[in-house]
Amino acid sequence: MLPMNKFAIILKHTYLSQLKSKSFIIMTVISLLIIVGLTNIQNIVNMFAGEDQVKQIAVIDETNEIVQLLQQNLAHMDEELKIIDYDGTLEEGREQVQSGEYFALLMIRMDEEKLPAATYYALDLSNSQIPNQLEQGLRQIKTGMITEQEGIEQEIISKMFSPVPIEKIALKENAKTEEELNQARGLVYFMIFLIYFAVLIYGNMIANQVAIEKSSRVMEIIVSSVSPITQMFAKIAGIALLGLTQFGLILATGYFSLLANQSEMVGGVFEYFGFSEVPIGTLIYGVVFFILGYLLYAMLAAMLGSLVSRIEDAQQIVTPMVLLVVAAFMIAVFGLNDPDSRLVVATSFIPFFAPIIMFVRVGMLDIPLWEVSLSIGLLVATIFFFAWIGAKVYKGGVLMYGRSTSLKDLKKALQLSKKDA
Amino acid sequence: MTLVLDRITKRFGSFTAVDHLSIDIPEKEIFGFLGANGAGKTTTFRMILGLLQPTEGVISWNGASPGYDHSHLIGYLPEERGLYPKLTVKDQLIYLGQLRGMKKNEVLNELDMWLERFKIPEYKTKKVEELSKGNQQKIQFITAVIHKPELLILDEPFSGLDPVNVEMLKDAVLEIKEQGTTIVFSSHRMEHVEELCEHLCILHQGKPVVHGALKQIKRDFGKKNVIVHADFDVTYLQEIPGVTRFRKVPEGCELQVESEEISQKIFQEISGKGFVRTFDLEEPSLNDIFIEKVGASYE
Repeated sequence: MLPMNKFAIILKHTYLSQLKSKSFIIMTVISLLIIVGLTNIQNIVNMFAGEDQVKQIAVIDETNEIVQLLQQNLAHMDEELKIIDYDGTLEEGREQVQSGEYFALLMIRMDEEKLPAATYYALDLSNSQIPNQLEQGLRQIKTGMITEQEGIEQEIISKMFSPVPIEKIALKENAKTEEELNQARGLVYFMIFLIYFAVLIYGNMIANQVAIEKSSRVMEIIVSSVSPITQMFAKIAGIALLGLTQFGLILATGYFSLLANQSEMVGGVFEYFGFSEVPIGTLIYGVVFFILGYLLYAMLAAMLGSLVSRIEDAQQIVTPMVLLVVAAFMIAVFGLNDPDSRLVVATSFIPFFAPIIMFVRVGMLDIPLWEVSLSIGLLVATIFFFAWIGAKVYKGGVLMYGRSTSLKDLKKALQLSKKDA
Repeated sequence: MTLVLDRITKRFGSFTAVDHLSIDIPEKEIFGFLGANGAGKTTTFRMILGLLQPTEGVISWNGASPGYDHSHLIGYLPEERGLYPKLTVKDQLIYLGQLRGMKKNEVLNELDMWLERFKIPEYKTKKVEELSKGNQQKIQFITAVIHKPELLILDEPFSGLDPVNVEMLKDAVLEIKEQGTTIVFSSHRMEHVEELCEHLCILHQGKPVVHGALKQIKRDFGKKNVIVHADFDVTYLQEIPGVTRFRKVPEGCELQVESEEISQKIFQEISGKGFVRTFDLEEPSLNDIFIEKVGASYE
């Protein structure tokens, strides 16, 4: 029987048995729910917002002129706030706030300098948004009054308060504009998150599977029918397929859910993340680094998983690998704000970090082709190296049973796979 | 078409697990491997299967070295039982059978036959972890033989089974042999080896201390057992030169003697002394040979 057929059998078994497993189904369903929730965030916010009643604020205005201005000011600031010109006395007003007829009572008067001052009465002061809005409204009125008193023109005031425009222009050729960078940042952030999670989740899954087969001792039967190397690569491919299925489902759900909500999302969160115009180059690099990153870490995970004899030890032995991934992710997040820093540039060539960090650089900046090629080249070479050494370790490791879970077992496993151990 | 191990040596670092082992395993027979724990049986099996490479020496089967090219012709029951605990018996066998080159339909037909034979057809859709140890072992046995291998390696196939199940498996092993499969098996239980094997090898610390046909081994061993049941005290028989072992039993005694001639002397000694209920000359048991060969080397 051709080894290729056995490869297919193991791949299919790995894929299907995981696909049908409870943990996989639960994880996928939860992710899908989160995605549907996130893409409908605007609707959800609106739904809860709609339940909020219009808050009525009673205003006793001693000056008799401010209340109208306040009504005008706040009308276009917040629809949920309604200013009522209150006719009663302060006592009556306070009672009505206590009985719940009004949300709050605002007492406006003029101070010695003929400028507005106010007192705010509410049941409690847990809501800080409303007093803030009232204060903002009053401040605008106050500014208007001062300008009028002093005879300053309205134009001068608006000039004073307008922000200073700073136009940022990159001198490097092909460098991204400020706007482009902000867009790229969102997209790159999203994609390094995908790579990070994929490597962690599926790397662990592989290590666990190998450990399960070893601890149940079924491994010896398997490796007597098929070479451990075929088995290892079939398993890595099977889990990769599983990952693609899961991410495919999530991305498709996200896409269609967004499509259904497009009107709400346009100009909102969506555009901030730079999804409206996805640069095709970034996407291609994303896919390439995703696949290479997965392969490297999958190889490591299979190798490490083959060293332990019990499932409980699998977590422990993959810890160094997990730390590498986490470190890469942290540097990448830092690199999003400063992709040109030396740390980011240096680590983007280290194969364990490259899948995430080099991707940040190519996504955010225009990197010379030779740098990207060098990084990918090193990464591919490392993958081949680990495929070679991993296969050897795996071959010995699967026959090795002991209590120890240290990386020293690597040497033992290598010896076991050799002829003259 | 025999399986030939030619001066096989396997070293792990400074430890020698198998030391210059040369055996021919005849076709369509049952060959027994005996040895204490750590004698090198499992390592030898792993080398025959191609899981480990011998440090020195050559293994050939049908003139070629064993490898994954003919894994569909080889069946293996490892000493440490291993099945997927969460898979059903059916899914388990389909997967493992396919890896041995079978089609799904063939697996299902064979599986039904075997489950019927072992009187456990109701376990087909049960998860392995729900089965008792003895039944798990039957399933493990089925995984080793379902693809009708030409070479079957059974590492301690009967350990941990109750006598009824041992008989059931033993019958199955004999039947598979009748169908023309070469079987290599190891055991601690001498009576199983005596019952099943024509040829055998006793391994001790990686070295073959006894090797050959069962009958020849017994003949070459020379020593015989003499059983004397008598109404008078027979303790004095141990003083006779040539008696190598003496064991008192309630009815009399059991002796081991160097040769048949000594038994004649014993017979003369006891005749006329009183009533002798039993006088019997027996072939040595494999157990005697094992203890002698392996036990002696410890000294």
